Amino acid sequence: MTNIEVWIDGVPRRSPPGVTVAAALLRYGITAFRRDGHGAPRAPLCGMGSCFECRVTIDEIPERRACLVMVRDGMHVDTGA
Amino acid sequence: MPSPDVIVVGAGLVGALCAVELAAAGARVTLIEAAFAGGGSTGAAMGHLVVMDDTTAQRDLCAWSRGRWNELLASLPDDAEHDRCGTLWLAANDTELGVASRRAHEYRLAGVAADVIDSRQLELLEPALAHGLAGALLVPGDGVCYPPAIARALVCRATEAGVVLLSGMAVRSVGSSQVLLADGTRLTASAIVIAAGVESKTLVPDLPLVPRKGHLVITDRHPGMIRHQLVELGYLRSAHALDGASVAFNVQPRRTGQLLIGSSRELAGFDVSVNHSIIRDMLARAMRFVPRIGATRAWRSWVGFRPATPDALPLIGPWPAMPGVWIATGHEGLGITMAPGTANIIVAGILGRRPAVSPDAFLPHRAFPNRHPVFGIP
Amino acid sequence: MRRRRPLADVTVIGAGPAGLAAAVAAAESGAGRVLLIDQTFRAGGQIWRHRDEGALPRKARSLLGRARTAGVWFVGSSTVIDALSPNDLVVDFRGRADHLETAAVIVATGARERFLPFPGWTLPGVTGVGGLQALLKGGLDVRGQRVVLAGTGPLLFAVAAAVADAGARLLLVAEQAPRDRIMRFASHALRNAGRLAQALRHRVAFARTPYRVGTWISRAEGGDRVRTVTVSNGRDRRVLECDWLGAAAGMIPVTDVAALLGCAIDSGAVRVDSQQATSVPAVWAAGECTGVAGDAAACVEGEIAGRSAAGDVTGAASLTLQHARDEGRRFGALLAATFAPRDELRALSDPDTVICRCEDVRLGALQPGWTQRQAKLWTRLGMGACQGAVCGPACTALFGWDGNAVRSPLGTPTCAAWMDGLRPHE
Repeated sequence: MTNIEVWIDGVPRRSPPGVTVAAALLRYGITAFRRDGHGAPRAPLCGMGSCFECRVTIDEIPERRACLVMVRDGMHVDTGA
Repeated sequence: MPSPDVIVVGAGLVGALCAVELAAAGARVTLIEAAFAGGGSTGAAMGHLVVMDDTTAQRDLCAWSRGRWNELLASLPDDAEHDRCGTLWLAANDTELGVASRRAHEYRLAGVAADVIDSRQLELLEPALAHGLAGALLVPGDGVCYPPAIARALVCRATEAGVVLLSGMAVRSVGSSQVLLADGTRLTASAIVIAAGVESKTLVPDLPLVPRKGHLVITDRHPGMIRHQLVELGYLRSAHALDGASVAFNVQPRRTGQLLIGSSRELAGFDVSVNHSIIRDMLARAMRFVPRIGATRAWRSWVGFRPATPDALPLIGPWPAMPGVWIATGHEGLGITMAPGTANIIVAGILGRRPAVSPDAFLPHRAFPNRHPVFGIP
Repeated sequence: MRRRRPLADVTVIGAGPAGLAAAVAAAESGAGRVLLIDQTFRAGGQIWRHRDEGALPRKARSLLGRARTAGVWFVGSSTVIDALSPNDLVVDFRGRADHLETAAVIVATGARERFLPFPGWTLPGVTGVGGLQALLKGGLDVRGQRVVLAGTGPLLFAVAAAVADAGARLLLVAEQAPRDRIMRFASHALRNAGRLAQALRHRVAFARTPYRVGTWISRAEGGDRVRTVTVSNGRDRRVLECDWLGAAAGMIPVTDVAALLGCAIDSGAVRVDSQQATSVPAVWAAGECTGVAGDAAACVEGEIAGRSAAGDVTGAASLTLQHARDEGRRFGALLAATFAPRDELRALSDPDTVICRCEDVRLGALQPGWTQRQAKLWTRLGMGACQGAVCGPACTALFGWDGNAVRSPLGTPTCAAWMDGLRPHE
């Protein structure tokens, strides 16, 4: 399958299709999905939607759990970091 | 343990402040709390510090209390989450804007800063508000806070001042100058202050007090979306109608960036279940005033119970049927705001001093012109 | 505005082994319209989460095929956000919420990992054990990267195999349970030929990696992500450099939907009878939300629940099914006894260690003598996005607290979706 284009924090990236947004970000070495109250980076913990550590803005909808959403061609993902 | 001069029942904001001020005046105080500081009516509150003016008595107690809060909060820990964000009372139409003008005038006469702003100024102050509102009444000195953390800090301050704290200890009954604890201990004191919020009626059954249920919804974080506490002027209608359930738009920007969405009022006893039609009406109303609230995420809803009285004024003062017993409850939705003034009146009464605000309108045994059958009072 | 009003005879919540088995059994037992809802986009749950159905175990492929044949309607990326009654659910269907009226409900929400905090557990690169597997299934690429796993139970074994198969350099697999308990477990559990074969298959897959029992994670360090981890066996400490740490303290039932429907919860699991009926009429529960016992037991319980909900009470009471159910329950009890978190795991945190990840509440801010609600109101513990899903079970283990009460809505829907779902019926 051909790669698709996903915009991560405004930068266009190639991603294989059929992966979660969380996996796509981690593939690019992006480990700060959000920052805690002290500015420390946070990243996925549970991988299955219960810990909410992977929440990012996807296509301008904030607070979506990156581990539960599949990448789509042209998708915009913005971390809170 | 020498018997205390004063026993305070309830370590919410009202009880904690009474304890702090009595101790400061040199009284030996025992503070009794069934669960933990701020876990009752205080923990159920939204935490607004707001001057309301249904009556001059209400306004004067609010205004004095709000001033005292500014002093108190300056020395309280950061988790008190005090934010002097001001209140915007939103006028949907010109009639309501007329009401806003009259209220602004009366506020200013009483020394409370207030301004009427038009729709254009309102859009600048709160860009997230829906268009088409006529304007608003701005009360810049109002604010919001996080009451349970304040109760905790005040109880800490009280114990440092020598107050004896009995935490996790329920009171089984109260009589003249004595209380019976759940463990069978009998404590006597020359004065007993009942500051148990909506639970006070279990200790003093004849109090004209009912639980008035309210729902709240908290969202995820959207710092800056809203800058003031927003209330619709129609809120007053909702607050006054005792019959049936009512919903009014009220949203607070919390220091966490979250939005706290209210408000509802219904008489449903102590039923803790969520009333979905009320939640729906609250959300619909919030989205009508602030459309972007629709895109925020609801993290949780919960219910709480306001201690309501027949005339919407608190019960503050001696309870003649039980000499030595003082009542400090019945603040409905204004218990956080009015706590300092309430403590001032109670402490002044016990010590024979002159209170900062006239207590006459709040005497617990006053005549209630608009009695409602739910109060079941003779 | 016209509104669609979905009607179902049986609604199954959660499409893992129990839910799939329940939906298939209900449909094959003659229930009319069977809906199978899952928060992910594909049926299978966490254990059978897949991108290629052909790679799944035979049981999974069979259930997926039978579900299609029997006309089970799978609705993915959807969650129950609220309930007006057990028969009137509010479901967020991919961002649009609506009522779902249903004659019967089968809750099959499965289990999630229990996380016991340790210094450094909030660093990026530190995930759950199952968490790392879930990310791998989601497409995470760990080829050539150094991975340490520290957890417990059969899942640890399975994930070790998956990590090795994914091409990672798996440095160590640390099982916290002590050797004597593991030996006792092995002598009982591995009498079952299927389980023995699976365990061997997994061990062969990570044959080059040491598997240390009685060994647990004690800290992780790094700046912007994990760089080193320290494991301990109570006598010696060992520091390893790694890129990923998968760490967890076993599995716990997910009971939030059942609790929202009013079902009784006993010791953290949904209470069910031999027909998998909960304490609430017309609500059944099956699989790991009723107690963690693995996928085989979940399938059996799902089948019983599906038959029972479809009215085939006799079939649900069949000796074969009930015998298998009893065996599953015994296995669950054995799992619980063997892989219970050791006391050392409750004492890993420093005062500075974050307990509530959402609200940044640290251990030093909490006192054991408090109640859950007291901690919540005084420190914001459990008030964040996950609503105590992570810190609740941790505090139960650390302090004996009872966790957050379930409040609607579940799953943080938008206010617009929630309101929409609460609109009255036409």
